[in-house]
Amino acid sequence: MAFGPLTGMKVVEYCDFISGPYCTKMLADLGAEVIKIERPEGDSARRRGPYLHDEPNPETSGLFLYTNTNKKGITLNLESPRARDIFKALVKEADVLVEDTLPGELKEMGLDYEELKELNPGLIMVSITPFGQNGPYSGYKAYYLNTYHASGAGYVLPAASPNADREPIKGGGYVGEYDIGVHTSVAVAGAYYHKLNTGEGQYIDISKQEAMMALERMNIVRYYMIGKSPSRVGVNRVRDTLVQCKDDGYVICVLYPQKQWDGIVRALGNPEWAMKAPFVEQKERDAHFEELKVKLREEAQKYNTMDLFFRIQKEGSACAPICSAEQVYNSPQTKARHFFKAISHPVAGSLEYPGLPYRFSAEEMKGKDDHGAPTLGQHNEEIYCNRLGYTKQEVVKLREAGII
Amino acid sequence: MQMPRFEERKTVMACEILKGIRIADFSWVWAGPYCGTLLSMLGAEVIKIESKGRIDQTRQGTLMDGDNFHGYDYSPTFNNANLGKQSVTINVKTPEGVQLAKELVSKCDVVLANMRPGKMKKLGLSYEDLRQVKEDIIMIESTGFGSTGPYSHFAGYAPIFASFGGLANLTGYTDGEPNVMSGVQDLRVSVAAAFIIITALINRKKTGKGTYIDVSSSECLSDLVGPQLMAYTMNGFSPVRRGNADAIMAPHGVYPCREKDSWISIAVGSDEEWEAFKKVIGDPEWTENPEYRDMWGRWYNRKAISQEVEKWTKDYSSYELMHRFQEAGIAAMPSMSAEDILTDPHTKARNLFIHMEHPAMGDFVTMSPAWHFSKTPAEITKASPLLGEDTETVMRDLLGKSDEEIRTLEESRAIY
Repeated sequence: MAFGPLTGMKVVEYCDFISGPYCTKMLADLGAEVIKIERPEGDSARRRGPYLHDEPNPETSGLFLYTNTNKKGITLNLESPRARDIFKALVKEADVLVEDTLPGELKEMGLDYEELKELNPGLIMVSITPFGQNGPYSGYKAYYLNTYHASGAGYVLPAASPNADREPIKGGGYVGEYDIGVHTSVAVAGAYYHKLNTGEGQYIDISKQEAMMALERMNIVRYYMIGKSPSRVGVNRVRDTLVQCKDDGYVICVLYPQKQWDGIVRALGNPEWAMKAPFVEQKERDAHFEELKVKLREEAQKYNTMDLFFRIQKEGSACAPICSAEQVYNSPQTKARHFFKAISHPVAGSLEYPGLPYRFSAEEMKGKDDHGAPTLGQHNEEIYCNRLGYTKQEVVKLREAGII
Repeated sequence: MQMPRFEERKTVMACEILKGIRIADFSWVWAGPYCGTLLSMLGAEVIKIESKGRIDQTRQGTLMDGDNFHGYDYSPTFNNANLGKQSVTINVKTPEGVQLAKELVSKCDVVLANMRPGKMKKLGLSYEDLRQVKEDIIMIESTGFGSTGPYSHFAGYAPIFASFGGLANLTGYTDGEPNVMSGVQDLRVSVAAAFIIITALINRKKTGKGTYIDVSSSECLSDLVGPQLMAYTMNGFSPVRRGNADAIMAPHGVYPCREKDSWISIAVGSDEEWEAFKKVIGDPEWTENPEYRDMWGRWYNRKAISQEVEKWTKDYSSYELMHRFQEAGIAAMPSMSAEDILTDPHTKARNLFIHMEHPAMGDFVTMSPAWHFSKTPAEITKASPLLGEDTETVMRDLLGKSDEEIRTLEESRAIY
């Protein structure tokens, strides 16, 4: 277990794939003790790549490894009534339970908040579901694609489309699922702080749709400003533009406000066209945005990506290269900040993981002693024997009986 | 057009979670301010320190809407990024103003800033300076690239973090350009910052110590595509853009519906769901292709399948399809526009959108906090402040200034 500011916080996780697991990873990376309960077949993230050396092995999925660092892992089959007693015994000792079963599922097993708070009145229980615990869609099914599009985030992508002929898209990778994890971590940290102050526990209902919608909140209420839905075309055009350089790399430039524009013009060596109408005033540039893009793209062809990036930044204007995973990893900025850190894992060995986006002056805030994600059932013996008092032989029997 | 209306908001009590926590918010644009708003939703008292020499950019205009406002108190974007706050206007370019800002910080628990690294120091308001007046202060600075490293002094807006962090390269059509998305990137940083501030408050409670926190916005974004970055550290491979495609599911896409620019997202994740899907679309002949029996076969032939699905969906409305598919146990949701969301029966049932009053703009609609706490409800207590709306109150009630002292401060232009 990592050591850090959340050391002492006890979390039980009964979640699958990304959102719930990422929320508890954020807690575990800062020192919380997270016991991850997996169904006997394991978290479905184990069945998704990228796999180390492209060899499919449930213990070496990068998706699973990244999303579950610093946790302890046990297996439990809640179909069995005895397993439910074990679940209760674990929750009894916890500050926080994060779960992501569909609404009603835990109630059927007698494991809903009403039951669990009898055992542990200070419990903070968090349920993460696609659409929340109530409302007409609460029983609806949604994969990442569907939640993303149900949040309004997809409808406006790709931003700056020439027209609406092509379909809206989701954010890259599983970004929305990770967003939900971060969103939930704020609620958990807040509720835990409240518990430290008052001893009071509570129930928290998180809807994935709403978590992602919250990030789109500005765009959604722009409806009232512009009198129609922002879309990926026209009205939602952002005053930035992508240019492609001589070496085929892309640079994103921000063209607003005036100061930004002035810096770009200087960086390009004050080209003649940029010094005269219709490119001098912001309003004119807006009206001639398409021409402006063509001009900028022509200019960009004179430079290599990193050269253009440094030129524009040197003039004090914001811009950046579009980085692939390789470029993120190899950037001197990433290296200087030691953003990736090596973490060892019993099967996958030592790999480099993206680390925390924070640096602290206080020693107490720094997470220490990181370890890799648990292998399936890695901590069964530790938790079942040392924590719950079963003998080693009983753990074998529990396994044979299909309970763990 | 008939704009959707929602329940009027009753007066609400502030959330209990951060009751008693006071925040000095020196931040501007979106990433910093929205973090302050999130903390205010959780009950913190957030005082925004504004400068008239350098008015918050969103009071003036935005990347998306330009300078289309009547004045500094009329920006809906500023309003949404600064809900629940107070505003004091202090001229931190004067020695009296700096002194006053420090006095204010000495009454606070947390300081938020997001200017370029070094700016706060130049003003005499660095972490070291502020620790002198409040030993256990928690100060967070979020910047585009972080406050250390060779790019630390570089400028960054939302599209910049997304690009440098690796997300933009992964977003877009397979045959299209990378996509930086919009202001949502700032909000992503705000949420990550809110989490670490509460964690620092937990740490302060346990150890009595504050901390300086340096947040790299680019790293915040990188963390959201962690597995894609690990594809490189594990196998030397950089993943590419894939539109709506999934690693193995098919059908898995967004298909056109009857109305203009309306779309349905459909994801079929198992053989059982495939069987149900076939039934909903009326068991057409093409689905009987033996190649489509298992996930691998469907994924392999995803383009051909997509073309068939498209032909079928375009005769129906997205909501009709959602109901039909969901009743059959298939994950299908419209790609919702703002209008869909604002008129949707589910968001209504969840009371997601509320009417509030802004002192200058009047009635407006905003989204309520998306955490549903059973004991300590998160609330938006008020609209954003007018520029300098609370200067006098804060001077008098929080800093204990007399009317005469306030006049002197006004005369020296420390407050204005």
